Amino acid sequence: MAKTHVTCTINGEETEFLCDPNQTVLDVLRDDLGLTGSKEGCGSGDCGACSITVDGRLTCSCLMLGPEAEGKSIGTIEGVATGDHLHPVQSQFLKHAALQCGFCTPGLIVATKALLEKHPNPTDEEARYWLAGNLCRCTGYDKILAAVHAAAAEMRGESA
Amino acid sequence: MNDISLKDALKVVGTRPVRPDGVDKVVGRAQFGGDATMPGMIFGATVRSPHAHARIKKINTAKAEALKGVKAVITAADMPEIVSEEAFVGEGPMNFRDLSNNLMARDKVLYDGHVVAAVAASSMSIAKAAAELVEVEYEVLPHVIDEIEAMADGAPVLHDDVFTAGVDPKPTKPSNVAKRVEFAKGDLAAGFAAADKIIERTYKTAPVHQAYIEPHACIAAYNADGQCTVICSSQGQFMVRAYCAKLLGIDISDIRVVPAEIGGGFGGKTLVYLEPLALALSRKAGRPVRMVMDRVDVFRGTGPTSGGTVKVKLGAKKDGTITAADAEIILQAGAYPGSPMGPAAMCCWAMYDIPNARAVGVDVVSNRPKVAAYRAPGAPISTFGTESAVDEMARELGLDPIEMRLKNAAKNGTKALYGPTFQNIGYVETLEAAKAHPNLQAKLGPNQGRGVATGFWFNIGGESSASLAVNEDGTLVLVSGSPDIGGSRASMAMMAAEILGIEVEHIRPIVGDTASVGFTFLTGGSRVTFATGMAVCEATNEVVKQLRGRAAKIWEIDVEAVEWRDGSAYPAGDNAGKFEPLSLADIAAKAARTGGPITAKGAVNAQGAGPGFGTHVVDVEVDPETGHVKVLRYTAVQDVGRAIHPSYVEGQIQGGTVQGIGWALNEEYIYTKDGRLDNASFLDYRVPVASDLPAIDAVLVEVPNPRHPFGAKGVGEVPIVPPMAAVANAICAATGVRMTSLPMSPPKLKAAIDAAGK
Amino acid sequence: MYSPTYAAPTTVDEAVGLLANASGSARVLSGGTDLIIQMRSGRLRPQTIVDIKNIAGTIGIREEADGWHVGAATPGAEIGENAGLCAAWPGVTEAVQLIGSTQVQGRASFAGNLCNASPAGDSVPGLVAAGAKAVIAGKNGKRTIPVEQVPVSPGRTSLAADEFIYEFIIPKSSGKTADAYLRFIPRTEMDIAVVGCGVCVTLDNNGVCTAAKVSLGAVAPTVLVVDAAAKALIGNKLDDATLAKLDAAAQAACNPISDKRGTIEFRTKVAGVLARRTAAIAFSRAAAR
Ligand SMILES: Cc1cc2nc3c(=O)[nH]c(=O)nc-3n(C[C@H](O)[C@H](O)[C@H](O)COP(=O)(O)OP(=O)(O)OC[C@H]3O[C@@H](n4cnc5c(N)ncnc54)[C@H](O)[C@@H]3O)c2cc1C
Ligand code: FES
Ligand code: FES
Repeated sequence: MAKTHVTCTINGEETEFLCDPNQTVLDVLRDDLGLTGSKEGCGSGDCGACSITVDGRLTCSCLMLGPEAEGKSIGTIEGVATGDHLHPVQSQFLKHAALQCGFCTPGLIVATKALLEKHPNPTDEEARYWLAGNLCRCTGYDKILAAVHAAAAEMRGESA
Repeated sequence: MNDISLKDALKVVGTRPVRPDGVDKVVGRAQFGGDATMPGMIFGATVRSPHAHARIKKINTAKAEALKGVKAVITAADMPEIVSEEAFVGEGPMNFRDLSNNLMARDKVLYDGHVVAAVAASSMSIAKAAAELVEVEYEVLPHVIDEIEAMADGAPVLHDDVFTAGVDPKPTKPSNVAKRVEFAKGDLAAGFAAADKIIERTYKTAPVHQAYIEPHACIAAYNADGQCTVICSSQGQFMVRAYCAKLLGIDISDIRVVPAEIGGGFGGKTLVYLEPLALALSRKAGRPVRMVMDRVDVFRGTGPTSGGTVKVKLGAKKDGTITAADAEIILQAGAYPGSPMGPAAMCCWAMYDIPNARAVGVDVVSNRPKVAAYRAPGAPISTFGTESAVDEMARELGLDPIEMRLKNAAKNGTKALYGPTFQNIGYVETLEAAKAHPNLQAKLGPNQGRGVATGFWFNIGGESSASLAVNEDGTLVLVSGSPDIGGSRASMAMMAAEILGIEVEHIRPIVGDTASVGFTFLTGGSRVTFATGMAVCEATNEVVKQLRGRAAKIWEIDVEAVEWRDGSAYPAGDNAGKFEPLSLADIAAKAARTGGPITAKGAVNAQGAGPGFGTHVVDVEVDPETGHVKVLRYTAVQDVGRAIHPSYVEGQIQGGTVQGIGWALNEEYIYTKDGRLDNASFLDYRVPVASDLPAIDAVLVEVPNPRHPFGAKGVGEVPIVPPMAAVANAICAATGVRMTSLPMSPPKLKAAIDAAGK
Repeated sequence: MYSPTYAAPTTVDEAVGLLANASGSARVLSGGTDLIIQMRSGRLRPQTIVDIKNIAGTIGIREEADGWHVGAATPGAEIGENAGLCAAWPGVTEAVQLIGSTQVQGRASFAGNLCNASPAGDSVPGLVAAGAKAVIAGKNGKRTIPVEQVPVSPGRTSLAADEFIYEFIIPKSSGKTADAYLRFIPRTEMDIAVVGCGVCVTLDNNGVCTAAKVSLGAVAPTVLVVDAAAKALIGNKLDDATLAKLDAAAQAACNPISDKRGTIEFRTKVAGVLARRTAAIAFSRAAAR
């Protein structure tokens, strides 16, 4: 079985990997690159637990084939914090108890960060629609929304 | 012991620190079941039945075994045959033989998605390809999906050795009705005779899945010496150990189960689906085997909770006094007996003090996956019926729904239909708090309506273990046996910190594996903060005692003369002020010279978990042209005893409520005519998404539980009980249409509105 | 064992060559939000996957004399960012942005939505109502056909094995012409349309409709163009009588199935409701132009 050789950037680092053409980027991240922060909740685009950014655009890593990553810049949950310095979205998720089991959390944080980079001051409705593809079964989303708004305020430089 | 009424004296309990396991979870480092690896691991996959009911005539594994990279193929022939025996390992009744047959069908498959074989191979794609090469010859049998149809004469009978239990005389013919239970008090006939108004209705609910976002996952290694290790996400490492031992004929001491982080359970991870298969594959292949379910298999093969039929008859006087109440709850058990019809019957009238009442539970098997526990198992189903009926009664009598409930409310001293006499309950307090909530002042517009419903769950205690060790620098490690599915590590550390008088950050709480902490019953029944919390408090009190002893030794005074407060030992009584206080760190540093390591264990079989009550009020808007329901406002009030970490208590309430909203509006199992599950994906199994919902206002009422050191009651399950009736009642208020069947999805609601000509 | 080959050609000819010469089945890959799922579930197992996204012109939007050229594989999110196209065709652009989640929007395209040939594809009624055309590349060069001629039955298109959609041309809107698209789903997001409706109308200065196209999704094996519904609008203002006629015409055109997403009765009724609501939006937009 011929594997495809792929070169891309993951969290700012040039990365090479070999993959089967029908392996998804999620499979590659988790099984071949040891980046298990992206989760598989459905493998069919419905849950958002596998959220990544590709050239800055939010997408599901389970809906992208490994070879498609060639030349792309990929961002995963592992690249959100800088060293041991948490991103405001991460620290506000913690502060607002926006996670229970935490399985949806990596995807939600990647998606929230993408939201706030595009819409620094989203309304509750905008935030809820943006995040509609990130299922969370534990929290009922209430505290997630609180964390999103607090992170937005912090990123805008308003003290939360 | 702490005086639980002295809430103000508490320094840690009741605050909202960042949880100790939080950072790992926000940076993507937390290890869930599917993240673990072992050297040399291979990958497992299952072969599942496409038929709802069929006899297995032959399984040919030769082609699968011949595929390059395949290391093992197993069928039921590779698993010991288990004799029928009641198991008390998980949540709810279970039979070891049934569970074994559920894991891997032996003679018959009983539902679409029933496992018939499993394979292990050097890659996941080879394993999947091999699974497709396993040839199974079936003799397809007639099937039955609906519980009422399954009860009918002439329905296909699933098991020839199931005879209805709990009826007299004992039946002689096998039946799909596995069991009947009844709880009764007073004189029903007299009660209904005394009523001014009687309401009689039949309600129907659809089975719903727990729909945790993390699919089941494990990795298992069976070593040549018979020693086994399993890493998995479950609601109980000891539960997994017990089942694996029993189902594979292995000694308990030979199995070590390491709990991974668990990505949601809600009751659905209180039994095993993969672990024994992975071990059996590992035994055959001689390699560690990882198995991860995909979402389709999660829907087809695990959970859900029962759907059912609830027949309710309710009688009341004009002033709203309930004179008699009767309910029959017929629940789907899935393929094997064991629906939660018992708790469903026990809970459905528990909010009320009714002189004449009865609740009957009926357990019915049909060709669906075996049901698993789901948050307050059974209670949401029966309560949908009873709380819809109470609402209709209030409406008929022209009474306010909260006043109607206050009039009949269970109070301290009320003897519940299912036996016990309530003490320290807070039902009335939740009703009063709901009444006073500003959300109830909001004005409603056209097509909008407000609904009220309440709910009850027992909460359980049971066996728990914990141990606490003081480190050399005075920090501590707290090990408990309860998997943390919603922030319980934080609560455990907080209780210990409160007793020790130190900051919670100085305690590192971890969930122990089965070889590092004493037996602990699974995480379920809302028991962890209560029961495991008691074990933690016991261990912590013992550590405090030892710390005082060490200080006494250092000061050469009597231990009784040492007082522990704010994290330090102080000389007390005659010695007060004679010595400088010794901090935990000081004592820890001298531990070697004063008697060695300071550690303690707590082990309890906790009793007296305070029962929980909740009152929910929801405002909805109905689009009468499409039947679409929008939830506008939601108020969920609950008596929580004492909130150890209020954020996580609120989170439990909000999460449970939203699961209930999903159950009310859109979630259901849809089967094709030939008995196949037709909506095994999140696209068509519609759990609520963020944009479907408003804020969920969780209101905590605290009526402390005197049986717990800090007054805690279980909180996780009550919130899923009221929402279905609350939403139905709100829809009725908005449209005048009484929905009696869940889900109240747009096609159904639209048809009902059109039929009513509204 | 299933193992396809993946190719990412950079020219149209190369792509056509790959499709034409593929041994076994070949599939075009745009955003993959349908294809990858179908491959994973085992429903489709193409031997060759031809990723067209590296071909110049398959991603991006250009305004030209003959209309808006939208690259076949342009993701919904990028379409939504094009202010000019969104202003010109709010219905078409809102429709494509209804597909899936924000994440799915990062990939999902018009071409995939159309060629997946589901009767419920959200962007299709909008494209049809707006009079959009598909530019199809194949062995014999390019040809241009109305969008509604692409799907022929659920899961099947009129494209030959060597063909793929290169781009779409959406006419320039002029005067008092405007479109709208609405769909009905049980939740607020993440569902497949139970019914979808696209309406495009042109009004005169008195608010009387002079031209109309009404299209319905998910109520028949392919997206419908409902001439009777258009007729109900043409020559009329949007008054109650017109709306009632429109509603009836839309319902009459329906030939749906009952399935896990909706019943025949429900789909039919809601088609009427959506036709009215969508027309109301299109009319008010057109009037405002
Ligand atoms: C979670 C989720 C939610 C969704 N929600 C919606 C929704 O709300 N509404 C909706 O309509 N759809 C929905 N979809 C389906 C899907 O996203 C859309 O149909 C999407 O537009 C497909 O576009 P794509 O570019 O991803 O297609 P692909 O998957 O790349 O292709 C789909 C099909 O079209 C063919 N194809 C692709 N490009 C071309 C081309 N240029 N020429 C010829 N053939 C081509 C492919 O071979 C394949 O058969 C959803 C999907 C997911 C995963
Ligand atoms: S795993 Fe990708 S969306 Fe669920
Ligand atoms: S915290 Fe468990 S799914 Fe979101």
